[in-house]
Order: sequence, then C-alpha cells, then structure tokens
Amino acid sequence: MKEKSMKKKKQGAFDIIIVVILTIMALITLFPLYYVLIVSVSDPESIANHVPYLWPHVFDFESYKVVFTEGKFVKSFMNSVFVTVVGTLVNMTLSVFGAYALSKKKLVGRRFFLTLIIFTMLFSGGMIPFYLIVNSLKLNNTLWSMILPCAINTFYLIIMKNYFMSIPESLEDAARIDGANNIQILLQVVLPISMPFIATFMLFYSVERWNEWWNALLFINESDYQPLQIYMREILVNFNNQLSPQAQAVVGQGQRANFQAIQMATIVVSTLPILCVYPFVQKHFVKGMLVGSVKE
Amino acid sequence: MKRIEKVVLNPELKKRNRQLMWRQIRNDKLLYLMLFPVILWYLIFCYLPMGGLSLAFKTFRYDTGIWFSPWNGIGHFKEMFSDDLFWRALKNTLVFAGGKLLFLFPIPIILATILNELRSNKLRRIYQTILTFPHFITWVVLSGILISFFSSNGVVNGILSIFNMPAITPLSTVQYFRPFIWLSFLWKELGWDTIIYLAAFAGIDPGLYEAASIDGANRFQKMIHISWPGIRGTVCIMLILAAGSLMTSGASFDQVFNLYSQPVYEVADTIDTYVYRASFGMGMNLGYTTAISFLKSVINIILIVIANKIVTKMGEPGLY
Repeated sequence: MKEKSMKKKKQGAFDIIIVVILTIMALITLFPLYYVLIVSVSDPESIANHVPYLWPHVFDFESYKVVFTEGKFVKSFMNSVFVTVVGTLVNMTLSVFGAYALSKKKLVGRRFFLTLIIFTMLFSGGMIPFYLIVNSLKLNNTLWSMILPCAINTFYLIIMKNYFMSIPESLEDAARIDGANNIQILLQVVLPISMPFIATFMLFYSVERWNEWWNALLFINESDYQPLQIYMREILVNFNNQLSPQAQAVVGQGQRANFQAIQMATIVVSTLPILCVYPFVQKHFVKGMLVGSVKE
Repeated sequence: MKRIEKVVLNPELKKRNRQLMWRQIRNDKLLYLMLFPVILWYLIFCYLPMGGLSLAFKTFRYDTGIWFSPWNGIGHFKEMFSDDLFWRALKNTLVFAGGKLLFLFPIPIILATILNELRSNKLRRIYQTILTFPHFITWVVLSGILISFFSSNGVVNGILSIFNMPAITPLSTVQYFRPFIWLSFLWKELGWDTIIYLAAFAGIDPGLYEAASIDGANRFQKMIHISWPGIRGTVCIMLILAAGSLMTSGASFDQVFNLYSQPVYEVADTIDTYVYRASFGMGMNLGYTTAISFLKSVINIILIVIANKIVTKMGEPGLY
C-alpha cells in the first residue's frame, strides 16, 4: 500500500517536470511573436527607449494606418491574394485529377507515370535551367510565374493518390453500373466523401502560395507584380543592409510613427491570414499525413 | 500478368492480352485526359530543366539560349577545382547540413517522447499547436523578426544590458553565425518535425502497454522497451530522408539566404546562395553556375542511394 502511493508521487513529480519543460518551450516560441504584436501597437517613444516591455505603455495604432495607406503594401497584398486564390485552384485541380487517375491500379502505364513523377523528388534541374526555362515561357514579370511553376507539389500528390487508393472500390462500382464515367464518379461520388481530406490539402496549398517568395524573387523585378513576401523582404531584410526605395517610401510617409512599429505592423497584417486558417490546418494535418503514409 | 505470359507462350493468348490492354486503355480514356496536364507539367517544369543541365557542359550565351550555346566539355568542372569560393560554399553546405543532422535530428524525437508522456490529451494539443505555429511563417518574415531582435539596439541586447552583459550580434559575427542558424531552425521547425513521431507513437498497439503494466513495468521501462522500438521504423525513414536531403533542404537555403550578409559570407555562403549570387550578382557564366548545382544534385542522389542501402541492410523497408 505504502509502496503504491510512493510510486504515484514520483510519477506526479515527473509529470510536473514535463509540463514545466513544455511551458518554457512554448513561451520561447511565443515570446518573439508576442513582442512583434506589442511593438506594432506601441508609440514611438517607448520603442525608442529600447526598454524591453511586456505591455505597451501607450497604445498607438498609427503604424497600422501607415501600412494600410501605403500604396505598395496594398498592391502587393492584392497580388498575394490573387496568387493564393488562383494558385490554390490550379494546385487542387491538377493534384486531384492526377492523384485520382494514378490511384487506379488497372491504369495501363501507371508504374511508368509514377516513376516519372517520383524521380523528380530525387533529382532536379536546379536553379539556373529552371530560371531560363520559365523565362523562355515568357512567364517572368507576370503573376503566373508564382502559380504555374509550382502548380504541383509532388509530395502532396503522392499522399492524395494513396488516400484515393484507400477508398473502397465498391463505392464507385454502384455509380459505374449506373453508367457514370470516371469524371462523374470523381466529382459526384469520391470528392463529396473526401471533403475533409481535400480541404486539408487546399489549406496546405494556400499557405504555400501565400508564403511564396522564391519564384517571385527570381522572376519578378517590376514592383507592380510583387507579392507581399517580397515587399516584406524589402522592408525587413534588405533594410538591414541599406535603405531600399520601398523602405524609404515608408519612412517618408511615416513621419510620426517609428519605422520599427511599421515593420512589425506589416508582419502582423501579413501573418494574420495564416493565423486565421492555422487552427483548421492544425486540426487535420496529422490525419492527412497518416492516411497518406500508408504504403501500397 | 507477367508470370502468366512467361509460362504460356501461346501467340493467341498474347494477342488476346494485347486486345484486353487496348480495351482497358480505351475504357480509361477520361483518366488519361485527367493525367495529361499533370504529366505535361512534369515534362515542362521538371524534365525540361533536367535537360537544361546540359548547360553544365556549355558556355551560356544569352543570344543562343540553353539549347544552342556552344559546347565547352568539362571546362566548367576544371574551373571549379581552382575556385576557392566554390570550395568554401561546399564546405559550408556540408557543415550546415551535417551539424543539423548531428545536433538537431534527435531533438524532435525527445520532444515527441515528452509530449507522448503527457497524460492530458488537451494539454498535448495545446503545446503542439503553439510549437508548430512558426513552421507556417516564411523565413522572410522570421528573418525580419530575428534581425530586428538581435540588432545592436534590439530586444535581446536590451535584456542583456539590464544584466550588464556585453551586447551580442550573432548575425554579423563569424563564430556565432552557424549556431545561430541551427538554433533558429530548431525554433521554427521543432514542433513540425515532432508530428511524425507523435503519429508513430499513437500507432503503437495499446495492448502492449497494458501487458507491460500487468508485468509490473514502470513508465520508463515502457518508454524504453515499447515506445522507442515502436517508432524505430519511422526514425529510420526520417534518417534516410534527412541524409538524402543533406545537400538540398539540409543546407536550409531559405533561412541562410534571408539571414546572411557580407560580414559572414565566410561561414554562411552555401552552394545555393553562391550559385544565386554568382549568377545574378557577380555576372558569372550561367554554364558555370549550372555546373556547380549539377555537381550538387549528383552528390545528393549518391547520398540518397547510400542512405537507402544502409536502412534496407538494417532490415527496415527502404524508400524504393
């Protein structure tokens, strides 16, 4: 009896240690993001004093006003919205069609197509040939350069294929007997029962498109077609080395508000969409990955 | 199918097989229609650039393009041997990636073990949600945050000055830059990398734990004899993937590219960042820079093959 209660106590201590460790880690993860938020709503004076603080002394939303009235910010924000919406649509159409077709074991040439696709995960042409090919397709300085070259994520495609394979064939057979063709079956039978799964990948893709910056850096040099991430790079990263034209424009406009507050406000506004979809992504990604990892 | 063909060499049957195959293809014509744009995309955006690797053996000329530039043999590869900047980049890539594999690979496994030991599912979900969040923010934004935090008048140095400690600027200090990259990588990806192991823990048969409890095993014994062996296969797969991507994602291009600057090129310049600067900033011949990334891809595929071989030798299912 005594032994049992002692054991329980020991485990209790262990549980507390775990919670303490995890809480510290969570705080380390959250603090920088929290601080960004705090600085973005602080008045320039408290920021200028360089004192780390946990709560703004004076609330000041001037920096948000500056961000939203800055023409380049609004323009690049709209570009990112376009790329995300259209890009995700393209991503999903190609991925669903491709994954569904490849999930049919009877498809002649299936092995060949799969090998062709999986090989690209192991070997690629690299930066320069990719750059030259996309340029030669006249995609540079268009929003399509952020959509078409990344129209398919091979990893997602394979997971989706594995998922479609896990759907029992008998579900489709009934529709097939009624004379439905493959496209009708996909749209009317398979997709409706796969909605949670499809939605997960839609969110994955949309986060990816929203976060797209590398293709933009390679292919876009006219500020009219810049996405938000490149605008952010200009005012956040390049600012460190020298004042870029974009950064100067902001500084000029933001007479009163401190530039740092503007930087942080830009971060908050651009991260907000991700924060909004994050709970839904988080709810499903483990499930999505698990279903997909079932080997054929 | 294959086996039948081998045994029965009857030409009549072969003909019937072929007819069946064509009927199957006709039946599936809509599936091919769906697949067509996908394959076309792979050909244009993956296989054309692979063909473009021929540039590694050419001297690129803007007026003639990839396909008609004059051949140069292995000239670029010879040039590489005497290029100090290339060797520096190769070394840095291996140090970044090797260090990441050595120091960072076990940490998500440890964290997953800790999370798995949590009794409350609700708490576990909360911690997981918090720790995974930075994964979904780009390095562009995170670099902006880090640069601002660690600048000479940033928050970190503000806190240090309260305790009368000397100011640090790891982003422009040669000896701190690499550890900084590893630590900030950990900060961003730790939660995300944990998920796969947590899923593996969740897949272990609960009956094993019950049986062990009846036999009087305590928590740590269960952890060592049930939990860890239960995720062995997953760990192996993750290890091959990590080893196989040493030269690609292992070098964390996005991160280094957004965080590095002139003062730390010496320890920060990796192959990809070098290729980028050499091609678009230093105006080097694109044939030469293609040759560099070609070499990188070749090393990479060799690493994948070796890693896969080791794992299959260990008795785990490999990648292919």
